[in-house]
Amino acid sequence: MAGTACNGTPARGIAMLVVQVEKRLGEFFSLKVSLTSESRATALFGASGAGKTSLINMIAGLLKPDHGRIELDGEVLFDDLRYVDVPTSQRRIGYVFQEGRLFPHFSVRRNLDYGRWMSGHAPDSAAFNHVVELLDIGHLLDRRPGKLSGGERQRVAVGRALLMRPRLLLLDEPLASLDAGRKRDILPYLERLRDNAQVPMIYVSHNAAEVKRIASRVVCLEAGRVRIAGGPELLDAAQADMLA
Amino acid sequence: MFELSPQDWTAVALSLRVAAVSTLFALPFGIAIAALLARGSFWGKSLLDAVVHMPLVLPPVATGYLLLISLGRKAPLGAFLADYCGIVFSFRWTGAALACGIMAFPLMVRAIRLSIEAIDRRLEDAAATLGANSGWTFVTVTLPLALPGIIAGMMLAFARALGEFGATITFVSNIPGETQTISAAIYTLIQVPGGDSDALKLVIISIVICFAALLASEWLARRATARLHGV
Repeated sequence: MAGTACNGTPARGIAMLVVQVEKRLGEFFSLKVSLTSESRATALFGASGAGKTSLINMIAGLLKPDHGRIELDGEVLFDDLRYVDVPTSQRRIGYVFQEGRLFPHFSVRRNLDYGRWMSGHAPDSAAFNHVVELLDIGHLLDRRPGKLSGGERQRVAVGRALLMRPRLLLLDEPLASLDAGRKRDILPYLERLRDNAQVPMIYVSHNAAEVKRIASRVVCLEAGRVRIAGGPELLDAAQADMLA
Repeated sequence: MFELSPQDWTAVALSLRVAAVSTLFALPFGIAIAALLARGSFWGKSLLDAVVHMPLVLPPVATGYLLLISLGRKAPLGAFLADYCGIVFSFRWTGAALACGIMAFPLMVRAIRLSIEAIDRRLEDAAATLGANSGWTFVTVTLPLALPGIIAGMMLAFARALGEFGATITFVSNIPGETQTISAAIYTLIQVPGGDSDALKLVIISIVICFAALLASEWLARRATARLHGV
């Protein structure tokens, strides 16, 4: 059943993701989301505290829903009724965290190679070089994360997630910790990633301009619920609404 | 001026051996228990914590006595180990190492536990998303990042083992060449007339050893920290 999912080549970078989850996250806050994503780049858009990060943590397996079901390319990752809960390490979902979370004790090269190492694949220098070139991080390979700038760190984090050959790439506000100039520097890399890397992505952001550049589909979250979903043109209306 | 009797040298060598062996043998258990206390959540965790800390608060003589009545030749467990495994603790240097290891254990666990607790758990989450199961995450992320704490814990345990007196002398007595460590030798020397100067020499040697161990661990921990952060 997971045959197509396991050889790492879902149809031309499009993942069929079905999420239907419920989770209490505090006395006054609960997340109840139902969405299907079938596009190359889906954005989860919403104000901070809307539940965006909690939602992708559930997709990655870092947070366990109270109820519901998560399915990727036909493989059930979570289903409380059938007692399915695939561990994070076996989901093969890449995750780029807001703060990068590079391993400080490894060089950039070892960081990039970590996913391949853990999954036991043979080294693939073509894939490695391709990602290094795509993100323009060749000159950083022998450095430690502590010596990288914020923008460099995020590019390495994207590379590290890509090189584990994910079925789906989650990006949690990868630009939020960067200043405006750095953001402009990195956005083109993310666009290249969307167009070249053949990995479908879910892009979390509260920045409408970023989302419009990256995403082909937008899901707006508000207070733990999907408010509206559709094409990027939604954002103009949603923004106007939020301002009103 | 600084001449020691062969017996005193034997005590010094024995102390170093006992301290080193007890530290090395305690290390895997120390790391396992520290990881369990730092990261685990299970029923009886505070009980385990209390048991691990017992040797720190219990009079050392009491710990030694407990060892004696449980692992002595005539005690069931001690007899079993001697008859079926060929392991004898009572009145042997191995018993001294066991007593020292137990006395030093809480200090070791505490240092390692604190350093594991200080590690950003989000790095462990990141390792999981990259396909590392919990065992590999521990080996490739948690353990290397806890290294400065592990070194500190080993150093504390080593120093504590060098200074151990009460539990050792109660459990394995004070046999020159077999169980007489520096502390026991000093104690013996100050009991006899004219032993003061030799006792003082042993005291100076202990100071030198402990000082060297402290400096070495400080240096190692600093190097490990620098390596971790790529300086």
